[in-house]
Amino acid sequence: MYKLLLSWRYLRTRYIALASIISVTLGVGTLIVVNSVMAGFTREMHVRLHGILSDVIIESHSMDGLVDPAWHMAEIRKVVGDDLVGTTAAVHVPAMLTMTVRGQVSTRQITLIGVDEATYADTSDFRNYLLHTENRKQLSFALRDEGYGDSEHELPPSGWKYRRMKVAYDREFEAQRKLLESEKPSPGSTSNSEPPIPPDPTGVPLDPTAAAPTEGTVFDPATEQFTGIVLGIAIGSVRQRNAEGKVIDYFLCRPGDDVQVTFASAGMKPTALSDQFTVVDFYESKMSEYDSGFAFVPLKRLQQMRGMIDPQTGVDAVTTIQLKLKPNADLNQVRDKLRAHFPIDQFPYRIQTWRDMQGPLLAAVQMETTLLNILLFLIIAVAGFGILATFFMIVVEKTRDIGILKALGAPSRGVMSIFLNYGFSLGLVGSGAGMIGGLIFVAYINDIPKLIEIVTGQEVFDPTVYYFQQIPTDVEPLAVAGVVCGAVLIAVLASVLPALRAARLHPVEALRYE
Amino acid sequence: MSSTATKSQANAELKTAPHSALRTPQSALAPRPHVDFASPATNTALLCAKGLEKSYRKAKLVVPVLKGVDFQIREGGFVAVVGQSGCGKSTLLHLLGTLDAPDAGEIHFSGRRIDNLAPRARDVLRNEQFGMIFQFYHLLPELSTLENVLAPIMIRFGVLSYWRHKTAHIERAKKLLDLVGLGHRLTHTPRELSGGEMQRAAIARALIAQPKLLLADEPTGNLDQKTGGEILALLKKLNRDQGLTIVMVTHDQAIARQADHTVRLVEGKVAPS
Repeated sequence: MYKLLLSWRYLRTRYIALASIISVTLGVGTLIVVNSVMAGFTREMHVRLHGILSDVIIESHSMDGLVDPAWHMAEIRKVVGDDLVGTTAAVHVPAMLTMTVRGQVSTRQITLIGVDEATYADTSDFRNYLLHTENRKQLSFALRDEGYGDSEHELPPSGWKYRRMKVAYDREFEAQRKLLESEKPSPGSTSNSEPPIPPDPTGVPLDPTAAAPTEGTVFDPATEQFTGIVLGIAIGSVRQRNAEGKVIDYFLCRPGDDVQVTFASAGMKPTALSDQFTVVDFYESKMSEYDSGFAFVPLKRLQQMRGMIDPQTGVDAVTTIQLKLKPNADLNQVRDKLRAHFPIDQFPYRIQTWRDMQGPLLAAVQMETTLLNILLFLIIAVAGFGILATFFMIVVEKTRDIGILKALGAPSRGVMSIFLNYGFSLGLVGSGAGMIGGLIFVAYINDIPKLIEIVTGQEVFDPTVYYFQQIPTDVEPLAVAGVVCGAVLIAVLASVLPALRAARLHPVEALRYE
Repeated sequence: MSSTATKSQANAELKTAPHSALRTPQSALAPRPHVDFASPATNTALLCAKGLEKSYRKAKLVVPVLKGVDFQIREGGFVAVVGQSGCGKSTLLHLLGTLDAPDAGEIHFSGRRIDNLAPRARDVLRNEQFGMIFQFYHLLPELSTLENVLAPIMIRFGVLSYWRHKTAHIERAKKLLDLVGLGHRLTHTPRELSGGEMQRAAIARALIAQPKLLLADEPTGNLDQKTGGEILALLKKLNRDQGLTIVMVTHDQAIARQADHTVRLVEGKVAPS
């Protein structure tokens, strides 16, 4: 009884010990915040990395691809069996994308991916990232009338309506120009006195390529489109701040515009092919690597253009086959089975899971989390030595009291447990406060940068830098419990030595102590 | 002093206090296994020491403090041990109170040898059979007067058994504090008490466990003459009214004379009287 009472009293009256526990509090709080943010970040990253990759990917080493994907898929189905949910074939080819923005040509390096509309969207989360709600239901490379964008992505007017308006504007402009040319016969003066350009009704660049007719046929851009292409949002837009400091996306092109794509043909020697595509949608997976590099076109069209279909037999070739497996299937096992079935010395394929493909990044994040945990626990351990020192001081200060207790018949074990209890309750108080503080911090983590901004005027979390609108967090109760237990354990361990010293004090000497 | 009125009141109470004031219902102090020190009828000496020797080490120097001390006190006795400072009287008291073990000699309490008991048994003995008071009172500064008095009971009982009889214990502590004239100071911390009040609280603490023997180490050494006299009067009352056996160590001949019997210690030996 006296043990509890005394350790409680010591806890309430020794503020110096509470000061020594603050480092434990801070350590625990920081650990919880760091772990939650890292867990949130990892989860978010997993979702995004996995996003448009499917579970297992078979890539051909050659750009000519692997021949007869239908046969491969049948083999894969035989090997993988019931775990397989879906397969899709795709062609990946490096390409150059050219768009004209306000009369200036802008070029991007991209990976052009030919996908099968019917199956691709089912083997990955790709569909969910599209901006048009109808496309999320069923991917289509046909331009939609309107309805692009949502609350998160405000798109300027897009779709057929925009395209018709733009064509009408371009034609009007052309007509005006021709009229002016016919009125002024002298050839030298045209360049000097150009008519004022009429205000752009859509705020969109003049796009001469859009109006360029394809060879042989009469192409009417107001009613026809080229082959559709789905661009990563970062290919077609630039994220920056407007005059008020608000983050906005500035669109270089939008659904309804036409772009020029140049890529290599299949076979030796590859030749450059170039064609017009009409942007039919954007996607935003929030993985900048994907959003700024991947453009999707229909598989058949790309195969035709690159010459990947044998004209005699009609057998086609693709560069990758992607597999979607059941949610709890063992990816590594499936990968190993496939590797055994398609030995690398016979089939020049690379068979990887999505984790393998993003392995270094995932490992880096994992390592970072581990390192941070170790470092922060070292901080708590340092706090433990602070407790040790403080406790020794308290034991010395309490020498006489210890003598009194022993004179009154308290056993050495009882005296020891007073100080162990004390250490335990200090640890509990410290890590409890740390836990509460940390959890509150995590709960309001997205408001805290704003607060710091108000105080310091310095922006902490810049949405143009990160792809997150908010700092992701994920509180893992087990991790929190582990951290708290660890901190309490350190506090108890730190109080063992002083408690032993107290227990070993000789009552007579302790009573004489001045 | 604010307590003058209450002191006389306490004295009056002490005279009229029924003998049962110090007796708790036995159920409150539940029996627990310990060495049975029930006083045997054959031996009248409650505490008896033979040939006690004790020396301290200071660096390499061995300082003999007690050089064969014989001592005994009968049940209900009041013995004063006097001597110059450094003659070993406090050491003797510590040995008698099992706070320290003698180098040679034996100590018997209620007819049983106690100097060679295991540490735990000595703890129990101190807790249940001995009461101790000191020159510097030695109250625990973190606890209130009431809690200080209850300390030996809290040491004896675990959390659960303490709480089961909590009210009985507290009632008893309050009665004892009334008895020593501190009934109005229950919630004060030792810091807020005067020297005499602290010593009274210490006496109440020593009595709460219903000890057979009270060991007092210079109980008046740190008090002025008047307060010291009051404390001494209280001890004498306890000795007379309740039959409490008291061993008191002092360097003051005048105080020693108040006891029934005086033992003089000179250079670690009992001087012939």
